[in-house]
Amino acid sequence: MATKEIKPANQWVDPATGEFRVIALGQNFRSITEKIVRIVLTPHTPMGWFALFTVAGGGAVMLMTAITWLFLKGVGIWAITQPVAWGFAIINFVWWIGIGHAGTLISAILLLFKQTWRNAISRFAEAMTIFAVVCAGMFPLIHVGRPWLGYWMLPLPFTMNVWPQFRSPLEWDVFAVSTYATISVVFWYIGMVPDLATFRDRADSRLAKYFYGIISLGWRGSVRHWMRYETASLLLAGLATPLVLSVHTVISFDFAVAVLPGWHTTIFPPYFVAGAIYSGFAMVLTLAIPLRKFYHLESLVTERHIDNMGKVMLVTGFIVGYGYGMEAFMAWYSADHWEAFAFWNRMFGPMGWAYWVLIASNLVIPLTTLWSRKLRTNIAYMFFISIVVNTGMWFERFVIIVTSLYRDFLPSSWGTYRATKWDYMTFVGTLGLFTTLFLLFVRFLPMIPMNEIRMILPQAKIKPKATVEAGD
Amino acid sequence: MPAREGTYGLLAEFETPGDLVRAARQARQDGWRRMDCYTPYPVEEAAEAIGFHRNKVALLTLIGGLMGGTAMFLLQVWVSVLAYPLNIAGRPTYSWPAFIVPTYEWTILWAGLSAAFGMLALNGLPSLYHPLFNAPNFRDGATTDKFFLCLEALDPKFDRAETKAYLEKFEPLSVTEVDY
Repeated sequence: MATKEIKPANQWVDPATGEFRVIALGQNFRSITEKIVRIVLTPHTPMGWFALFTVAGGGAVMLMTAITWLFLKGVGIWAITQPVAWGFAIINFVWWIGIGHAGTLISAILLLFKQTWRNAISRFAEAMTIFAVVCAGMFPLIHVGRPWLGYWMLPLPFTMNVWPQFRSPLEWDVFAVSTYATISVVFWYIGMVPDLATFRDRADSRLAKYFYGIISLGWRGSVRHWMRYETASLLLAGLATPLVLSVHTVISFDFAVAVLPGWHTTIFPPYFVAGAIYSGFAMVLTLAIPLRKFYHLESLVTERHIDNMGKVMLVTGFIVGYGYGMEAFMAWYSADHWEAFAFWNRMFGPMGWAYWVLIASNLVIPLTTLWSRKLRTNIAYMFFISIVVNTGMWFERFVIIVTSLYRDFLPSSWGTYRATKWDYMTFVGTLGLFTTLFLLFVRFLPMIPMNEIRMILPQAKIKPKATVEAGD
Repeated sequence: MPAREGTYGLLAEFETPGDLVRAARQARQDGWRRMDCYTPYPVEEAAEAIGFHRNKVALLTLIGGLMGGTAMFLLQVWVSVLAYPLNIAGRPTYSWPAFIVPTYEWTILWAGLSAAFGMLALNGLPSLYHPLFNAPNFRDGATTDKFFLCLEALDPKFDRAETKAYLEKFEPLSVTEVDY
């Protein structure tokens, strides 16, 4: 059905497979290099970039203001209190770190599966991971109330002789998130070194030559270096794969290890990981669609990428749907009074609207429409879906945290949760910080891995001498 | 110590990876050992052609990972059993299953750092100067779209005129002499 819709003469479609091409026809090593290099090594920054930077920078300044006030007054300026002691801070923490996971999935897991279509989007997906982890990592730190004592979470020998409690999932978080941040940065940077060397060699200005010269570490493309580099990349991908699965698992332990109804379930780890990848792919689409348009990268980030990401979202969306279903089933099947009440209250209680927003935007809208190839390759629709899913995933975390906490075991301690303007400012502020960092990345670093794109060009295939001569 | 003056080697520039691989394979067969290829993306066949088959990055990664994991596990045992034992309803202090998560994370952390920095160290990077950067055509091509074979002056077979003629046989785009 799908193949019939495509005209045979469409140059974006590979006639052999009927699929969209991963890379447009007629590209060569130099043309793709020039295309990507010109985005960065140009003295003219586009006005659109400045406009967006102003808005995003404004958001980052707002975050700074909100955090300064928080440090002056304490966490009381947020809506958190008993019984809802985990509000926006933890919702945002889980949401942001989940977004990061798609970057690692694209750069590591798809590399191991030799999915070469990932090459064009892997670098900015990794950058997205790092900036999302920056936003995420901030929340637990500012949430602890006395952030200047944050180092107490580390096993450091200080004068009071107090050591961390290693049996707590919150302590596991410290190690999981810090490892994730470190490995993501290392993987990202190592991946960029050869491209930075290209920048060094193609730069005109002296400053750029020095800057890219130093951060490219003197890379010169020796095949011995390349072979070690390939081994290291493969190993880093192999290490990042179990890491990314463990990070959201550990985060789900924060909930699952507690005995609260609505949290205490074994489905949490897989369902959190799938949800993380689901929201992360949505965020990659949110970033990739405007980027390819703005920088005219349609020949490198093709409909094939958009289509494939839609497919991944379809799969992970169904896993998330299974998670929701299983939660509901367990609430009924466990015959646990509190569990059943928590679930009923989640759906039909005072905050039931949030549950239905999440069902609509995570399941109903995407999972009924992403089946259609026509819609999956409709750029505007995919952008819309990406926003819908990101919203839905935020609400998922809201529902898990708030609706499990505000109806306690004892009705006398029931409460409610209404976020304050500081909560909103901090959340919107992290969106600003994320966008600011991403804009700086796009302006100064190679957002598409040139060396990996070169590998998938037809010219990179080594022909045996006989056929070359026959062809001549 | 190798000489730091005079000629570093002769650099042949090729248009396609196939030409480079054929030249490198032939040179290796003819007894050349001090040589290297420079490509804008990893060309596995070129590494095979110059006889570079295996590297030590994987071993370093294994050692790093094992050390990181062991260190973290021992740290937790020391803290929980010896330095700061907490008696919580008489539960055992040596509760090793709870220590697995940080151990797992640190195994990955140190394996990953060993892979990345081990790779750089084995490659001798960072080294901001290299004689090849003196070749006029190297920087325009080696990181963009050209493929280079360098026969180095330290090889006993090296002779400026003879080697130049030898490289010309492979029909490269150019053969350049590279000075230190």
